[in-house]
Amino acid sequence: LENTDPRTRGRGIQLLSQVLLQCYSQLQEKEVLHLVLFYESRLQDHHLVIPSVLQGLRALSMCEVLAPGLAVSVLKAIFQEVHVQSLLQLDRHTVYSIITNFMGTREEELKGLGADFTFGFIQVMDGEKDPRNLLVAFQIVRDLIAKNYALGPFVEELFEVTSCYFPIDFTPPPNDPHGIQREDLILSLRAVLASTPQFAEFLLPLLIEKMDSDLQSAKLDALQTLTACCAIYGQKELQEFLPSLWSSLRREVFQTASEKVEAECLATLHALSACLSRSVLSSDTEDLLDSFLSSILQDCRHHLCEPDMKLVWPSAKLLQAAAGASLRAYHRVTHSVLPLLLEQYTKHPQSSQRRTILEMLLGFLELQQKWGHVEEDETTLLSLRAPVCSVVFSALTDPSVQLQLVGIRALTVLGSLQGFLSPSDLELVVDHLIRLTLHEEDSQSSEAAMEAAGSLAPIYPKVFSGRMVPRLEEELQAGRVREEESSRDHCSLRQRCLQALAAVSTHTSIVRETVPVLLQHLRKVQKGSEAGSAQDLVSVCQSLHRVALQCQQDAEGCWYYHQTVVPCLLAMAVQAAMQESTQPLLGKALLEEEVLAAMIPVISAATTHLSPELAAQSVSHVVPLFLDGEVSFLPQNSFPCSFQPFEDGECLEAQRRLVALLMAFVCSLPRNVAIPQQERLLRELLALSCSCNCPFTATTAAKCFAGLVNKHPGGQQLDEILQLAVNRMEPGLAEGPCRTQALTLLLWVTKALVLRYHPLSSHLTDKLLGLLSDAELGPAAADGFSLLMAESPDVLHKGCHADVRIMFRQRFFTDNVPKLVQGFHGAGPDVKANYLKGLSHVLNHLPKPVLVTELPTLLSLLLEALSCSDHVVQLSTLSCLQPLLLEAPQIMSLHVDTLVTKFLSLTSSPTMAVRIAALRCAHALTSLPTTVLLPYKARVIRALAKPLDDKKRLVRKEAVAARGEW
Amino acid sequence: PLENANPLIYRRSGERPVTAREEDDELPDSIDDREIFDILPGAGSGPRAGGRRRAGRCGSAFLSPETHLIRSINDPEHPLTLEELNVVEQMRVKVNDAESTVAVEFTPTIPHCSMATLIGLSIKVKLIRSLPERFKLDVHITPGTHASEHAVNKQLADKERVAAALENSHLLEVVNQCLSARS
Repeated sequence: LENTDPRTRGRGIQLLSQVLLQCYSQLQEKEVLHLVLFYESRLQDHHLVIPSVLQGLRALSMCEVLAPGLAVSVLKAIFQEVHVQSLLQLDRHTVYSIITNFMGTREEELKGLGADFTFGFIQVMDGEKDPRNLLVAFQIVRDLIAKNYALGPFVEELFEVTSCYFPIDFTPPPNDPHGIQREDLILSLRAVLASTPQFAEFLLPLLIEKMDSDLQSAKLDALQTLTACCAIYGQKELQEFLPSLWSSLRREVFQTASEKVEAECLATLHALSACLSRSVLSSDTEDLLDSFLSSILQDCRHHLCEPDMKLVWPSAKLLQAAAGASLRAYHRVTHSVLPLLLEQYTKHPQSSQRRTILEMLLGFLELQQKWGHVEEDETTLLSLRAPVCSVVFSALTDPSVQLQLVGIRALTVLGSLQGFLSPSDLELVVDHLIRLTLHEEDSQSSEAAMEAAGSLAPIYPKVFSGRMVPRLEEELQAGRVREEESSRDHCSLRQRCLQALAAVSTHTSIVRETVPVLLQHLRKVQKGSEAGSAQDLVSVCQSLHRVALQCQQDAEGCWYYHQTVVPCLLAMAVQAAMQESTQPLLGKALLEEEVLAAMIPVISAATTHLSPELAAQSVSHVVPLFLDGEVSFLPQNSFPCSFQPFEDGECLEAQRRLVALLMAFVCSLPRNVAIPQQERLLRELLALSCSCNCPFTATTAAKCFAGLVNKHPGGQQLDEILQLAVNRMEPGLAEGPCRTQALTLLLWVTKALVLRYHPLSSHLTDKLLGLLSDAELGPAAADGFSLLMAESPDVLHKGCHADVRIMFRQRFFTDNVPKLVQGFHGAGPDVKANYLKGLSHVLNHLPKPVLVTELPTLLSLLLEALSCSDHVVQLSTLSCLQPLLLEAPQIMSLHVDTLVTKFLSLTSSPTMAVRIAALRCAHALTSLPTTVLLPYKARVIRALAKPLDDKKRLVRKEAVAARGEW
Repeated sequence: PLENANPLIYRRSGERPVTAREEDDELPDSIDDREIFDILPGAGSGPRAGGRRRAGRCGSAFLSPETHLIRSINDPEHPLTLEELNVVEQMRVKVNDAESTVAVEFTPTIPHCSMATLIGLSIKVKLIRSLPERFKLDVHITPGTHASEHAVNKQLADKERVAAALENSHLLEVVNQCLSARS
């Protein structure tokens, strides 16, 4: 330590400092004192020694036993002796660390230094360039301000030393190991600049200057910083700068092309207005909010009168941003603007102009929603009720659909303002909605009116159930009476009634009115025997489904719905199935596949949200119905014969189809609901799925079995039932008349087990892979991979409480794709396509980001797949390659020759979807490097001329885009 | 300073909805007016072209492009499309698929618009690139909407002059910028 050579001395001190960094926590107070004095004196030593000295001081700054006064003395010594900015980055960082450590533990002592501490720190950081150090330094400044250190006369200096970095211009070097992003620095500096109103007088001129910058990033940063400042500023800070702030914001919004800049400007204006609204007025000061809003109104108001001109929307948005900040601002602005807009609406007769004006009006009305109640005394809106209503109602009767749509939106907003609409207005509103729903030709308006009814109904349930529901019911029945005319109009009117009944069922009391109407209509349609009644039944089911979804969240409504609808549907189906065996023609429509398929989601949605107790109550009726023919709980329960869907017998074919309804119910139950006689049920389903000749019934039974197995708790019972299934499947798959049924069962059971990561799933998947080389079942097995990977709509998904692990697709990919690839290479030429198809299905359902990382290894196979003649394979291969072209152009460049040739030849595929996908890929090729593409340019452009004349418009559209890009 | 900071604007017609017929693999769809309109630069959801218009010499803009004109085409301060400025309208597009003819009329925003020729050329180039070769193209100014209507129409109709203009790589770049979608 006393060596005369500074290098050696430095190494001595370095050793000591390293030791101290290891053991500073064990030092005694006296030892620390001694060491501090030593290190302080060393600060005057040769510059080569300083880095090690600072390390030592850093170790000592972490000592808890540091005696009072020493921290101050260390800092004074550093401020005095060390020229920090001439040190290396790491050593500067050490200085910041010492300061940070002391600020954390010796706040009171440092504050004793007064403004000298601030000044010392300003000198330390003045000229700092390294982003790593800046992050620390900014944090120190933030603490200085937040913890109320004395800034004394150095406010402007502190501002200068930090604001000189604004706006941050920093791009991290490639492969930067420190991971500091531009955004980190921006946020950190913003926190400093926006930390105190004391900076306002310096900061605001700077921000105004930067808002005028040519750099969009600087503009955005300035706007965001200003917004942040508004949170702590008051009138005093802003007063002087308001005119120039406003003129900058106005200029940007009026002229900018960038939506981002516009959005930031509006946010800033909103913040300014909120800041001014917050300030408490004393009697002798001017109300700045009022004068600020006056200037905005003065500059924007007249543009609102020019609904065809470009500045109309920027002006409206500025006014809305300012008005949305506070109730006071809202009143000030709307007091002036609303009467103007109402007047303009009458002045401009054209629908397109009226639409613009009404849209602006709507924007202001939506702001009112933020303040909730329309207060009687102070609101301007209430005094304008009559003209506002008449404007909105006139829009609703305008021939222009666009204007109608805005009118409907406005209606929804008005309705949601409590106390705004008078009872007579409300009746008019409902009448308008009924008219638009039923008789407006344009389906967009009609649908919008239904949605509006749906969102207003919970607010005014009495009016809607008393006025709208009866009208819809009446129309529904009237439509039936005049049905002999069988005109399309009546059909679509009936459709609309059904849709509207569903849409308006958004309140429990209304559901209790509409569900009986829908069920009654269902019974009527079923009794009718005209053609097309299957489609009508499906429509009713769709409406019932929507109602079910709408009352799921409400426990009481959900139970009412379940109790009312499920037994009724079951009863109708059972009735129809029995008539089927005696009088085959009656009631047949109800048993058609599409109708049963439409009933599945109804029953499922009515069941998934039941509480376990109520679900248990229901399951104790439904399962015995199917297993033992217990019909007593059904609403009409006198049937000509018994219900025994699991019995053998030719004439029971129709009854067996109802397993679909059993599936809908039993596979949607919460997992913790016990299913009575589950083992027996599973055996029956298994038998049915393997032996039934009707594909619909067999598949449904297999799905129902799979749905139950998926939720079955693990253990011996499950193993037994699975073993039973395997024992039935294997011989069935090997030979005989029921191979297809066995394959279907295999697929569904495999899916059920893959989803829950059951160990048996790999055995079953291998079986499936083996079938790919089967001449008869191969193609179906290949398609089965799509079933395994895709979300199934009715069973085995999250919504019906199935056990689905989140990463099952990735896991399936990792486990099985190597086997598929291997199988492909070993397969004979006639079955190779099956492997490619299976692979395509797996890849198609994998999340795209995963795909992009995995695909390069499969690339050669995919290129081979492009030559496969199966269009499903082609399509899925193209859809795999397209994102890869965009995201991994380097790898794809190596194969450009093959890709160009294949894509161009597929643009003349007989299948439209393949042509479209091939053209999209040809388009995506343009993201490869230009040098790679240039040799192909002429050829591609020539070849793409042909699809420009494709017979399908959608193909031509892609061809135009691709060729233009080339 | 902008010559026309608050121009008249028109509503864009939005994406063409896909019909069930269009999704049917078998049925052919003929090329109709709307399809041609959607191809045009700056129409509907298609690519955009800027339009800050200044008073300037009208006439042979594309034969002697001037720097300020080039900049103004791509000027981001007025991101209005040709459709929003009503330069192109669907009703001014006529196609006959059977006879393989297309006629497009475009309307410069002001009678002295110096960009008329460049806009016309861009429209023409876009159609050449996007339509089957069998089509005969006719691009011209809506009668009575431009001071040098006749001269511009003549230039646009002259195959050799159009071809020569596209040989000019500088001009081609301007046209391409005009036609490329802006992010």
